[in-house]
Amino acid sequence: MSLLDNAWIIPALPLAGAAVNGLLGKRFTKPTVNAVALGSTTLAFLYALAVVNEFSHLPASQIPFTHSYFTWISAGSLSIDFAFAIDQLTVLMLMVVTGVGWLIHIYATGYMAHEEGYYRFFAYLNLFMFFMLVLILGATYPVMFVGWEGVGLCSYLLIGFYFLKKSASDAGKKAFIVNRVGDFGFLLGLFLIFKTFGTLDIHKVVEQAAHLPVETAGAGTLTLIGLLLFVGAAGKSAQVPLYVWLPDAMEGPTPVSALIHAATMVTAGVYMVARSSTIYVHAPMAMRVVAVVGCLTAFLAATIGLVQTDIKRVLAYSTVSQLGYMFLACGVGAFSAGVFHLMTHAFFKALLFLAAGSVIHAMGGEQDMRHMGGLRKPIAGTFWCMFTATLAIAGIPGFSGFFSKDEILWESLSSPYGSRALWLAGVITAILTAFYMFRLIFLTFFGEPRYDEHHVHVHESPKNMLVPLMVLAALSLGGGWMAAPKLFGGTDHFEEFLHPVFAHADEVREHLPASVPESMEHTAMAVTVLGAALGIFVAWFLYLKKPKAADEMEAALSGAHRTLLHKYYVDELYDAVIVHPIQWISTNVFWKVVDTGAIDGAVNGIGYTARDLGYGARTVQSGNGRSYASWLVVGAAAVTVIFLWLGH
Amino acid sequence: MPLPFYAVVLSAILFGLGVMGFVFKRNIITIFMSIELMLNAVNLSFVAFSQMRHLLQGQVFVFFVIVVAAAEAAVGMGIILQVARNRQSLNIERIDLLKL
Repeated sequence: MSLLDNAWIIPALPLAGAAVNGLLGKRFTKPTVNAVALGSTTLAFLYALAVVNEFSHLPASQIPFTHSYFTWISAGSLSIDFAFAIDQLTVLMLMVVTGVGWLIHIYATGYMAHEEGYYRFFAYLNLFMFFMLVLILGATYPVMFVGWEGVGLCSYLLIGFYFLKKSASDAGKKAFIVNRVGDFGFLLGLFLIFKTFGTLDIHKVVEQAAHLPVETAGAGTLTLIGLLLFVGAAGKSAQVPLYVWLPDAMEGPTPVSALIHAATMVTAGVYMVARSSTIYVHAPMAMRVVAVVGCLTAFLAATIGLVQTDIKRVLAYSTVSQLGYMFLACGVGAFSAGVFHLMTHAFFKALLFLAAGSVIHAMGGEQDMRHMGGLRKPIAGTFWCMFTATLAIAGIPGFSGFFSKDEILWESLSSPYGSRALWLAGVITAILTAFYMFRLIFLTFFGEPRYDEHHVHVHESPKNMLVPLMVLAALSLGGGWMAAPKLFGGTDHFEEFLHPVFAHADEVREHLPASVPESMEHTAMAVTVLGAALGIFVAWFLYLKKPKAADEMEAALSGAHRTLLHKYYVDELYDAVIVHPIQWISTNVFWKVVDTGAIDGAVNGIGYTARDLGYGARTVQSGNGRSYASWLVVGAAAVTVIFLWLGH
Repeated sequence: MPLPFYAVVLSAILFGLGVMGFVFKRNIITIFMSIELMLNAVNLSFVAFSQMRHLLQGQVFVFFVIVVAAAEAAVGMGIILQVARNRQSLNIERIDLLKL
């Protein structure tokens, strides 16, 4: 079992890459930087493959496979091991993170080829891989939290990669600060877990939680833990009300958007909730909150995505929306469906972002879809890849997104935790998704070119960018087929694979009555597919058939359009309600009163007092010999008087 | 009243006069003389106490004081001479280079 025992090598490889490139990269040539960055991720991917292979031969009794490397923190009854655990969920995440991460590294060597700070970019990207792998491998919550914070740091560094641009550095700070809010909740959740269970080992916590009663009557400790953990998840995975940082995060280079802000980091919240599934099924109220927040996020983000004109922003809102779907799945107790969507989303959204990057590359930096159009012919390779991903995200049967999204929607209707309202909102979101994605495709690739053909020389991207696109396109197409047999009455291989992880959650669920008969499944699926078709049709009508109709609609619904364009004025609201009051208090109380008054006052006061005493004492030293003599006489007289007095 | 009592009172009066002269006079020479006066007032009290206690130490101390006073007089006069040459004045108020 040597490979599994040494699973630490998987994160250590990218860490070594980051260290070498980060410390020495400045003197390296680009091929050397490439070799270090790509070499370390390739080796990590291969090692992960070997580990997964060995894992598949483990007897079920040895899963989860845990290996503790050393005792990390030991204080009183608190003892935290630096331990890695590997189970089916970890294996899946390992494959997604190292596989997709590896593809994106390859793509980045092409995309970033002409950028300043090439080595810095790859050092950060490798560092991100390291932290992400620690996050998914961690066997205890604190180890997971280390990865959790680390990916947040790398996200901040990479969003602000073009740090000379004010908007980029601001976006980096925004992401970091908004995530602090979530992390605060996560930490409180960890404290409460330790107080309740006396351990922070994930599997021990889960085991103990499984023996506690289900909190159906009201909110108890488990509900509180679930809600606090979800606050953390909402921050990291950009859910209402903490989603505001993700769209701004698009200031970072496109490979970063693909890797961190679509495929891996932002799904950490979903991963964490799925990991804690036992806690959630014992806290139905927390589940309901997760489901409603996820559903709300999915819907709101999709509506904002309808009107955005920046190609990356559309995808950003789409990501927020799809993450909402994943939480919806977790919230209705369909954890494996949520993780399934996490995986397919990693494929098609990474592809969408990379393809968008390829489009931006082709257009020489242009990101506004209003200045694109007709790019289908000049960059056919990119187009076909992006089109595949679009079909996948829109939920067209046969593509990976269809299987996962359909499962989520079906679960949101049929699960004991589900309801018709959640399902309906999910279906509407699916229609909106199909619409905005095809709007993006039509605006970008179809119609007449709306860019200046004399100045923009559209060119297809180099091979090292196109090949990852093609691999991801194949995955977007075929990545969902293991769930296909279920549609024809067979078993869902994906669900079966993950079943041991969610065994307890499924068990609790089975005791609850299902709200909708199984026979409805195909009807529900038909509704979803028709919805997607409707969305595509509307997009086709508005943006291809009658391009003027879109403008007319915009004019007719200018109020609604403006609200969506300004993202429901949420940023403005946060500015007014949170940012400005905090700035005001910081400026007028903490700066001008506390800092200037109390702290500076105390420091300066000590100085002033010493100086004033000195001024006073200085007059005694006049430099006049006779006055010294006088003092001497006075002193002698005083001493004499005192002695005479004491003598009595 | 025994003799030493008068001698000690005289010594105190002389010392007081020396102090007054040191503090209030302006001429360096006079101040210098006041210092000598104080020293000798102390000498007188040494002698008086020596007589009173029937101990010789006090008288031996007087010799030491006289030796030190002589040395001090030599150095002090040398300094005063230089000051007088350089500043054309013996007024102590004018010698204020160390004053702020």
